[in-house]
Amino acid sequence: MTFTEVFKISLLILLIVCAVAVNVTRNLLASVIIFMSYSSIMCIIWVLMESPDLAITEAAVGAGISGTLFLMTLRKIREEDADEG
Amino acid sequence: MKDEFAPRSGWTGRFLAWLDGDLDLLIDAADAAEEYDAPREEIKEKRRERRQRIYESERGRAIRHAERRGFYIGYTVIAVICCVLLIGVLLYAIANLPRYGQENRETVEVVERYVEHGLQETGAVNIVAGMILDYRAFDTLGESHVLFTALVCVMILLRLDSKNMRTDFEDYYTTRIDRFHETYRDVIMQRVGMLLVPSIFIYGIYILLNGQNSPGGGFSGGAVLGAGLIIASASFGMSGVDKVYTLRASMIITFVSLAFYSFAKGYVFFTGANGIENHIPKGTPGAILSGGLILPLDIAVGFVVACTMFGFYSLFRRGSIGGET
Repeated sequence: MTFTEVFKISLLILLIVCAVAVNVTRNLLASVIIFMSYSSIMCIIWVLMESPDLAITEAAVGAGISGTLFLMTLRKIREEDADEG
Repeated sequence: MKDEFAPRSGWTGRFLAWLDGDLDLLIDAADAAEEYDAPREEIKEKRRERRQRIYESERGRAIRHAERRGFYIGYTVIAVICCVLLIGVLLYAIANLPRYGQENRETVEVVERYVEHGLQETGAVNIVAGMILDYRAFDTLGESHVLFTALVCVMILLRLDSKNMRTDFEDYYTTRIDRFHETYRDVIMQRVGMLLVPSIFIYGIYILLNGQNSPGGGFSGGAVLGAGLIIASASFGMSGVDKVYTLRASMIITFVSLAFYSFAKGYVFFTGANGIENHIPKGTPGAILSGGLILPLDIAVGFVVACTMFGFYSLFRRGSIGGET
């Protein structure tokens, strides 16, 4: 097994771990950050699959803008969230 | 004084309450604004009281009743079944795809055409750009319109103007919260912004203008530009961006871009379908001014995407575009 294959497989495993972790994390901020890292991993996978067009879009939209929008939403409900502990 | 915690029974009661613009019991903006200056412990005490009252109210009873009947267990089971079914369908669909890197008999004609004649027919070195903005330009037009529609929908839902502002409190609350979280006094944000913003803008413009030669194009370039605008407004305050990016300006830019796209592509489709020669020069492949209509269309899509992304941010943050409420 070459290094690239090991790298690919570990990225895919990380992807699944992220996808599950987003759902089971209680802390919403951590959830958003895991979601953004999911997009970053997906971006690397797009590069490995030789589609840099998609990788740029994934990095800008998935990790950047949707993460920002989630954080903005989180800020609006943060007070309630802090109360719940 | 009206008892604000009095439960409204039945669907009609709740519908009438919604029409009246009563705030949700759980997310009570008016209370929050009142509590804004109070010490932390007082707020927590007040909230605990409110929770208790909600718990004892009719709605709380309904929730507890549902819990007893095992409604939530059924809900979870159905959710898991739906998830498993969806995963199964997706895996089945993926299993029918051709293997990565292998030839697919059904689409080989299209692929050959794109790879062999793409450069000659579209003038774009980046065949993906040639595909999405020339062969399949209609798809991209639809996507741009979907983005515009999404912006309009978010505006309908989140914009706080004099017509859909529910209370004076809400305006007060939103602007105060925004001012409280305003980061323009944050030195770290400002320094990092000074370093990042120019390079992000240059990178975005590069992606946008080089879409026909290298990976990138309208959508990704516009998204990067929108992200740059977001970082700029987050680190230097909204007021600077507000001078340029007003609601009117954003609507004019979006409309002109979409109209230009529609007319330009309409012309090409019309001439192409009727066998008339079109007079758009292809340019030298590899130069910035090449690829015929691809560069102007990239710029149009980029404007739409950048306006949409920053519009989302602005609406999520304070419920308005360009500062006027």
